[in-house]
Amino acid sequence: MAEAAELTSFRSDVQAWLKDHFPASLAGKSVAMEGGDALGPDEVRWRDALAEAGYGAPTWPKEYGGAGLTQRHARILDEEMAAVGASNPIPMITGMGITMVGPTVLEYGTDEQKQRHLPGIASGQIRWCLGLSEPNAGSDLASLKTKAESDGDNFVLNGQKIWTSGADISQWCGALVRTDTQAAKRDGISFVLLPMDQPGVETRPIKLISGASPFCETYFTDAVAEKRDLLGPLNEGWSVVKRLLQHERQSQTGARPGGDAEKVPGITELAKDYVGTADDGRLADADLRTRITEHLIDSKAHNLTVARIAAEAKGNPEVSAAASIMKNSATKVAQGKSELTLEVMGAKGLGWEGDFFTEYELRVVRDWLFGKAISIYGGSYEVQNNIISKNILGLPETTQKG
Amino acid sequence: MALLNEEQAMLKDQAVAWVSEQAPVAQFRAVRDQGEGRCYAEPTWQAMVDMGWTGILVPEAYGGSDLGYLTFGLVLEQLGRELTASPLFASALVGTTAVLLGGNEAQKQQWLPKVVEGSEVLTLAVDDGPRHAPDTIRLAAEPTADGYTLTGAKTFVPEGMAATAFVVAARRTDTGATVLLLVPADAGGLSRSRLHTFDGRGYANLSFEGVAVPAVAELAEGGETLLTDVLDRARAGLGAEMLGTASKAFDLTLEYLKTREQFGRIIGSFQALGHRAAELYTQLELSRSCAEAALQAVDAGKANIAPMASLSQAKVGAFLHWMSNQLIQIHGGIGMTDDFDAGFYLKRARALEALYGNPAFHRDRYARLLGY
Repeated sequence: MAEAAELTSFRSDVQAWLKDHFPASLAGKSVAMEGGDALGPDEVRWRDALAEAGYGAPTWPKEYGGAGLTQRHARILDEEMAAVGASNPIPMITGMGITMVGPTVLEYGTDEQKQRHLPGIASGQIRWCLGLSEPNAGSDLASLKTKAESDGDNFVLNGQKIWTSGADISQWCGALVRTDTQAAKRDGISFVLLPMDQPGVETRPIKLISGASPFCETYFTDAVAEKRDLLGPLNEGWSVVKRLLQHERQSQTGARPGGDAEKVPGITELAKDYVGTADDGRLADADLRTRITEHLIDSKAHNLTVARIAAEAKGNPEVSAAASIMKNSATKVAQGKSELTLEVMGAKGLGWEGDFFTEYELRVVRDWLFGKAISIYGGSYEVQNNIISKNILGLPETTQKG
Repeated sequence: MALLNEEQAMLKDQAVAWVSEQAPVAQFRAVRDQGEGRCYAEPTWQAMVDMGWTGILVPEAYGGSDLGYLTFGLVLEQLGRELTASPLFASALVGTTAVLLGGNEAQKQQWLPKVVEGSEVLTLAVDDGPRHAPDTIRLAAEPTADGYTLTGAKTFVPEGMAATAFVVAARRTDTGATVLLLVPADAGGLSRSRLHTFDGRGYANLSFEGVAVPAVAELAEGGETLLTDVLDRARAGLGAEMLGTASKAFDLTLEYLKTREQFGRIIGSFQALGHRAAELYTQLELSRSCAEAALQAVDAGKANIAPMASLSQAKVGAFLHWMSNQLIQIHGGIGMTDDFDAGFYLKRARALEALYGNPAFHRDRYARLLGY
């Protein structure tokens, strides 16, 4: 009971804090930082208030810029922020910082590395990207070739990375590099952290089928990473990155574009508008209705499973192998919704630009195209199935010899 | 698995141990081979009664333990895993739910303690034809001075050969309203005949030729939606049994993938099969969430019991259908033999899917409930 009272009192503290610090002008708005747009004055004020309280990364230890909250307290913070229409922009502002780099540094970093890197993330000052994939190392990440050679206190990096999200607007990068060319594929890899603002780093945005350029090619030409920024032991970067990717998957398991059948009018209302209804008020196209229903059922099943896994972990969710299941399930739901939406809109779902199409119709098209990446990034749909069959079900390796 | 309280965890452990030791699928095989009319082993049923499973939903005042639907689901899941045959679901969940929701005090006093002690076995007689269609009940209930006269038929009544009384869905000839009536199996003018279905369970067809039912036998407390409310709780419970059947089918398949060798390799090392196993497992986990959420919605008395029950039936039903086919396919030739259990699971899967609406029925109903 003392615990319940403490939680209640924490809730009222949060309410009071939000009243004092959350700018009303931001209610209901999420900060769009995909393009690296500059923050407005209220957004800066809000970011700094969050940082000051440690609420940018509420579950991280206080000494590294977090608030040291338990998952239960963090959930209360989330709930109260949602109640006033506030969202935490720091995960967006920091790129891969909050969701992936931070948790991995917390686990593998030395105390000095934690002091050096975490506060900048938690306060929303430093944006991070990740140099993992290479032109010939996508799903088969371990075949990467970017080399890091020892030179006194530094590593000197040479090679090319690809699909580096936000490389052009990031200050720091976590890169997977080969430090032993003689060792077996997965044994000669290390994970280093390096600043992006240096002569040896060049980034080129990649234009995607959706027209956007969220990813870059990143070239390292004698780029420098300090040895004190080696994360985890030398040549053991593969285990670091496996963990990092689990954090990534975990961050990709939420149901994307609103699928909760009971809350969102979404696809059913849209279908009625574009396709029309029969005399009984039901969607006129029975085949479409069935497929929409299958989509909504999968969406609901996904959300229930996310909630169940959280409940089973008693509010302290460990990053688990189940994340592979949830990533694939989230992918199906998100891509399925995009395909249905496009189909429902007919020719209005084919627009690229121009007045004939509404802003919403154009956005659906871009989302549909960008959504094709979901089953590729963070370990493709097929790679997730390899992980499920091997790590969860205990079946033999299917992709490696020996 | 949902978070369980201490009582639920104990009951689950008891069910896991008892079912696997005392009522495994080998016992079902023996009963099937015997071909006896009730299609379950009497000592198995008696043991369930002795363990108190017949009282899981019943308040203590009527001799039960009032542990709720999620708890009942834990037991049904285990029974589903081993295809354990008994009237437990029909009587202690479906029939009992009808009395709990629709019965007055006298009816509860009359029926519930006897269901708990196993001396009465209830079952719901809902469908008049071969497809589940609770909106178009045809069995005629003609009002009389003291109740009704029933004329017509019911089909595919689960445990219809073992039941001592039926909860009969009938249509009033005057108002057209659906009524639920408690009719003893030995009522004059009522006859039953066994249906030989491929899942080897004790279904019956019922024939009503002017069966007189007194007014006191009408379950009138549940209002116009009583039949739907009973069915949705039945569907939530059935989802747990189906989940159990599917999860055992998955386990058997996974075990085979790890042990069977062809072309000099364990067949689970073929990526086609590894990925299929991964897809099956993903659907199993999603199905479990739906099955448990439906039972939890019933326990919490939520307003969304109907869509959640249909969600559970649609999702778990579709998975069980696919899983039972894959059980045979991945086992290859051995899966086609009667000596191996796979066929039991396939056959049972289809019967469970059909009972209270197949996945197509529930997808359509889900859409209707959500207004499109």
